[in-house]
Amino acid sequence: MLERLRHPWSDRRAELVLGAAAASVCLVIGLMIAFVAVRAWPTFAHNGLSWLGPGGNTEHQIGKMLYTGPHPPASAYHLSAWPLIYGTLLTSGLALVFGMTFALLAAIFLVEFAPLTVRRVLVPVVRLLAGVPSVIYGLVGILVLAPFVGNHVISPAQKRSVEYVVQLDGTGLIVAVVILTLMITPIMVALIADALSTVPTAWREGAVALGVNPLRATLAVSLRAIRPAIVAAGAFACARAVGEAVMIAMVSGGNAFTPKPWDGVVFLFEPLLTLAASILNNADALSAPAVGSTMNAFALLLLFSAFVLSLGSYLVKLPLRRYHAGLR
Amino acid sequence: MSASTTQALPARAPRPRRSSLRSWRWSDRLVYLLAWLSGLSLCLVAAALILYLGVRGIEYVSPSLLFSRPTAGVDQSQIGGILDPLLGTLLVVAIGILLATPTGVCSAVWIVEYGRPRWLARAVESSIEIVAGTPDIVIALFALTLFQLGAFGFLSFTAQGGGVYGRSFLTAGVAVSLLAIPPVFLATRDGLQALPGHQREGAFALGKTRVASIRRVLLPGVRPNIGTGVTLGMGRIIGDTAIVFLLLGVGASQRFDFQGGTPGLGALRGTGSTLTSYIYTTSPAGEGNAPQKAYAAAFVLLLMVLALNACAGFVSARGAGGRMSFGDRVRFGAWA
Repeated sequence: MLERLRHPWSDRRAELVLGAAAASVCLVIGLMIAFVAVRAWPTFAHNGLSWLGPGGNTEHQIGKMLYTGPHPPASAYHLSAWPLIYGTLLTSGLALVFGMTFALLAAIFLVEFAPLTVRRVLVPVVRLLAGVPSVIYGLVGILVLAPFVGNHVISPAQKRSVEYVVQLDGTGLIVAVVILTLMITPIMVALIADALSTVPTAWREGAVALGVNPLRATLAVSLRAIRPAIVAAGAFACARAVGEAVMIAMVSGGNAFTPKPWDGVVFLFEPLLTLAASILNNADALSAPAVGSTMNAFALLLLFSAFVLSLGSYLVKLPLRRYHAGLR
Repeated sequence: MSASTTQALPARAPRPRRSSLRSWRWSDRLVYLLAWLSGLSLCLVAAALILYLGVRGIEYVSPSLLFSRPTAGVDQSQIGGILDPLLGTLLVVAIGILLATPTGVCSAVWIVEYGRPRWLARAVESSIEIVAGTPDIVIALFALTLFQLGAFGFLSFTAQGGGVYGRSFLTAGVAVSLLAIPPVFLATRDGLQALPGHQREGAFALGKTRVASIRRVLLPGVRPNIGTGVTLGMGRIIGDTAIVFLLLGVGASQRFDFQGGTPGLGALRGTGSTLTSYIYTTSPAGEGNAPQKAYAAAFVLLLMVLALNACAGFVSARGAGGRMSFGDRVRFGAWA
């Protein structure tokens, strides 16, 4: 048997084996979507579209599901996921807006303006920041940033003003958004800097030769040329932010509260919860069928948003591909 | 000769001299300043993170902590060391990367060298893109459902009622391998595509078959790329929390929990913890409330990530042609 394997493989056989390995990835993805969708089905079937709407505290609703037995009745699936969806949209949206501004500036600096010595430091720094585990960011958030915000930034008067609704202890929107921004910025810097460095030098030089200053040349020529890549970087980072579970579970306050913008400054300190963090928080209750189904529904929503974001960035990239094909 | 006739373009436009900055508009100067600030603040954040965790780590890490096993206790002075999470991390990384490397490399070779039928190649590329964008918590949920099927009982253990537990080092390793496939695939594919065509043609001209040219010419040529991809994949696995938290069981003691009598297989089929799940459980968020242990574990984890990053940087810089290109051209590739 081993003797036969040692003989040189035929091309046909190698193609089949390699192809099978590649196809297995497709198979896993297909299985994943199928499994999650099938397990999520009961909760959608019993709730309909009102599942997405507001109504009541999601955490309490999930808590009630725990004791509904192995064959829960239809009423046991009652849930309105809006607070979690709102929390997810709010944190990732804000983090994306801040992170994108930051990342664009940093990428321009890295590719166009940084002196060689600074660049030699900055490239490993970006790589490191993109690779730091989310649990470390979460730990720093919950042990350093949240106590700082809780003790020094939120005033006692602000704490008292919402006392009867929610406790403010520092964990909440602002800490979650700050750390999430820190986490997704390096990813965007890396993607945008890669795209910027592929812009033909002559294009920018042409603009500089016409008397435009180097910054304007970068903004007008290079950034314009890589617009699709910027959108793709944003979409990828957004998918990361939406799916971030561990860090958010640690620093967001763990309460399915909906921060209200009309509360003024206190809005920034109010706790919230996201879809992904809620799955992690309920990890030990997954064996209850109603909870398991609800968590898979959250997962399906996350999968769907990741899919939409990736499809969107693919569609935006299409013109870029034609662009570069025309250049050759 | 032909190399000298094609003029190499300068890497970028000449930087503005200081005097020319004065002729800029105020708004442009402001943006220029902000660009500098954002670049430097990234460095500051990284320095602050490393320094802070370093100070805390030196404060709380000791040999006795590294080499003693965790125990159950109510106070952080009683819960022992981090030996089990440390070994657990190594175990999960080993299983994950052993599965991900062949899959990623084979897929990349197939895509670049064969890639037919076309629709399957496109499907493979987009599914790897989907894997890269899928949140790890979703992978964890899917893996838990999958491995709780009766057919996968041999990976964990079957309870008396016939239910499969689904949580073990083996199942966690299989699940985290999905995280490492995209970097391995991307790095290998980019390397293969960047190989000069004459290497392939030379191999074919010598009468090598396709397989032989892949094995003897192409794969050795992209070895640095595979190295980078594998190192990055290991970094992804080391840093993952959600999958190991769900698939290694939420044990209060964090110790290895052996299943069955066979020594090696017992650990693989049993549950335990890794550094990330240890940090999560001992942090205030995970009810453990042992911040000193969490800091110590986080410091060890950060050191591992730093070492892996340095390795990947070194390997990819060597692959790109020695010291010359290190940092001179901005290239992140599979890093993002």
